[in-house]
Amino acid sequence: MGEMEQLRKEAESLKDEITAARKAVQDLTLQDHVAGTAVVGRVQLKTRKTLRGHLSKIYAVHWGDSKLCVSASQDGKLIVWDSYTTNKVHAIPLKSSWVMTCSYAPSGNMVACGGLDNMCSIYNLKGKDGNVKVMRELAAHTGYLSCCRFLNDNEIITSSGDCTCVLWDIETGSQKTVFAGHLGDCMSLGVAPDFNTFISGACDFTAKLWDIRDGQCRQTFGGHESDINAIGFFPNGNAVITGSDDASCKLYDLRSDQELITYQDSGIMCGVTSLAPSLSGRLILAGYDDFNCNIWDSLKAERVGVLSGHDNRVSCIGVTPDGMACCTGSWDSFLKIWN
Amino acid sequence: MTINTLSQDGVQRQQMSCLTKMERMVISMQDPDMGIKLRNQRLLITVIPHAMTGADIVEWLIKKCSISDEEALHIGQIFVKYGYIYPLKEPRNLILKVDDSPYRFQMPYYWMSTRWPASELDYAIYLAKKNIRKQGELIEYEKECYNALHKRINHTWDFVVMQAREQLRASKQRRKADRIVLKCQEQAYWLVNRPPPGTLDSIDHGPERRTMNTRYLLKRTLTITLCEGLTRLCVCVCSYVKYCEQYQPHDPIMQGCLPSIPWITDDIMFWNMNCETVAVPTKLRVERWSFSFMELLNDPMGRKEFLTYLKKEFSAENLCFWQACEDVRHGETSKIPEKVDEVYKQFLTPGASRWVNIDSKTMEKTLEGLKRPHRFVLDDAQMHIYFLMKKDSYPRYLKSDLYKNLFARAIVPQETKKSVFPFMRRQRHSSPSPALATQAAEDDGKAKNSNSFKSNSGTASRR
Repeated sequence: MGEMEQLRKEAESLKDEITAARKAVQDLTLQDHVAGTAVVGRVQLKTRKTLRGHLSKIYAVHWGDSKLCVSASQDGKLIVWDSYTTNKVHAIPLKSSWVMTCSYAPSGNMVACGGLDNMCSIYNLKGKDGNVKVMRELAAHTGYLSCCRFLNDNEIITSSGDCTCVLWDIETGSQKTVFAGHLGDCMSLGVAPDFNTFISGACDFTAKLWDIRDGQCRQTFGGHESDINAIGFFPNGNAVITGSDDASCKLYDLRSDQELITYQDSGIMCGVTSLAPSLSGRLILAGYDDFNCNIWDSLKAERVGVLSGHDNRVSCIGVTPDGMACCTGSWDSFLKIWN
Repeated sequence: MTINTLSQDGVQRQQMSCLTKMERMVISMQDPDMGIKLRNQRLLITVIPHAMTGADIVEWLIKKCSISDEEALHIGQIFVKYGYIYPLKEPRNLILKVDDSPYRFQMPYYWMSTRWPASELDYAIYLAKKNIRKQGELIEYEKECYNALHKRINHTWDFVVMQAREQLRASKQRRKADRIVLKCQEQAYWLVNRPPPGTLDSIDHGPERRTMNTRYLLKRTLTITLCEGLTRLCVCVCSYVKYCEQYQPHDPIMQGCLPSIPWITDDIMFWNMNCETVAVPTKLRVERWSFSFMELLNDPMGRKEFLTYLKKEFSAENLCFWQACEDVRHGETSKIPEKVDEVYKQFLTPGASRWVNIDSKTMEKTLEGLKRPHRFVLDDAQMHIYFLMKKDSYPRYLKSDLYKNLFARAIVPQETKKSVFPFMRRQRHSSPSPALATQAAEDDGKAKNSNSFKSNSGTASRR
């Protein structure tokens, strides 16, 4: 078909144009510029609290505020912890034990979880009689739920193994926007600090930036050589950090539409499962399959610390909103708070 | 633009995104300075204002998008096919001719994105109007549709006829030129949405050709936006370095915090001193408000202080409007219409008690959108007021006495030492990373130590 051939050629030339445009703004290497920045030095964090209570692998953890966090484990429980006192505020039994993600609403009123049941279940923590009940079950995905994040008490974004991300209206339980475009399972997502856009990382080795309002994919970032498992925004909202099974993390700048830095070390050969930046963005904490977390200096791309203490893979990591501490969850069923 | 829920045709959604891109182009075409030159066209004996020739359209497309003749013609054709531009001379023939045949822009009321799918009731009214105006004016297929509709929606037929008569009466009171224009617009809309049998249906989901056309247009507009927007790397990199340096004192993992990190000393003073309703804030907190406007707005105490300042300047309604818009954006869907109505009454009606100063273009667009309220209908107005505050009130607030006094009153908490254990809290960054054996690294480390010692002694003497 003549038209298809023409379109293909057009697409190729467009790709070349994009590469040329990206090259055109490369007027400086990152190494030159950050050479003058002060060195971070060794960062040593110690375990301050260990949260015990789960009976099986922990798959996800998410902070609600500086003390409360929610964790999901494949023993079929969602536990809301007051991590400072190590008390369990809520222990929510789940209908399906194959949970893969959990999220705390910014208001603190709700938590959500989902997994192999292809549904996102929303629980209301501030029910009238004090019991925690299922508020909504958002079912429409045709693949497993890999990640979910609240925008506010009415909207939640989910990413799924069916290669799409969806924005839901919680009140009506309906899909408001479907973000389709990935060619592989969407593994994780992160919402921008201004709540206008979000990013998703997928098994097609790319990360995409989506506009929440009009459902468009604004930018696509490639460069990884394997599935992207973890993704997050740099605190100023202008960059995206991704972690992949190819044992590296990359920082992509949104305004110049290209990869700036890769965080990798020849000694690390296992995949990244999760990552979180510190409050200033200077440190990136990344959890790996080799039971450790590495702390990277985000500007100089050097490893400045290690968090070791888990007896199995680190599956999830999160930094508190006030930047005070970080929490790691592992397949050894423990959560550790580090500072 | 309302967002349709997922129906059985996902292609509808794909087309929607292409339509928005098309509409953006159409709007830029109508730009008084940079758009297509419009002039009066003579149609038989009447003069139609704001019309353009087919040649004009193609020429503008060639210039704006730097494309070839054929491509411009092709893109122009698509605009005509989807009803954004309609021909005046031969309205039934929806093609673009590169000569001086007159064309006009379809008004946004009739755009595909706003009035799609076309409702049966509207079509019935249109056909009824045609029928009443001149008996026998309906063509064969229109007659069939008319009869079919009459059967289907018989229960509301009185309403249909009444509406048709009313609309005809109202149109008689217009000038002839306006009447012709409106008639052409309506006719063009219905030719696109209810095409006569045998012609190619432009909103048909089926043929691959259709989606290929729209994909093609999509790719072109993608290139245009991409090449306009990349920032130089040095600017980007500088911003990261600056951000990290600015926020480092606020990053407890890197630099600790005062009075102490609760996780280490089991003392929750830090959280108590920084909660929302504390009487005197900490210096770090007040300093953070000066980093960016968003920081100020994100802190409830900062917002309160800013509101006090704005009240003195008699522009408090700006912040109230911004907050009301945020409430609409993040609140319950069912409450959106009533909230939007409240906002309109309080802030947007001329003569309202808390009227906000928005430019006429944005105001017009917002008022138009209010007819169909949705979550993002107030976004443009909100953005306008946000930037107004950011560029004007915010810098002045940072220089004002109110802010400076607050900063002076703000406290630097005294460091609490854990009394039980004999050793002090371990210093951070005391030894450089073993990987860096250079002298420069060691010097840096020493400098940091002496800095932290200085700040400690500072707090001790303050009390």
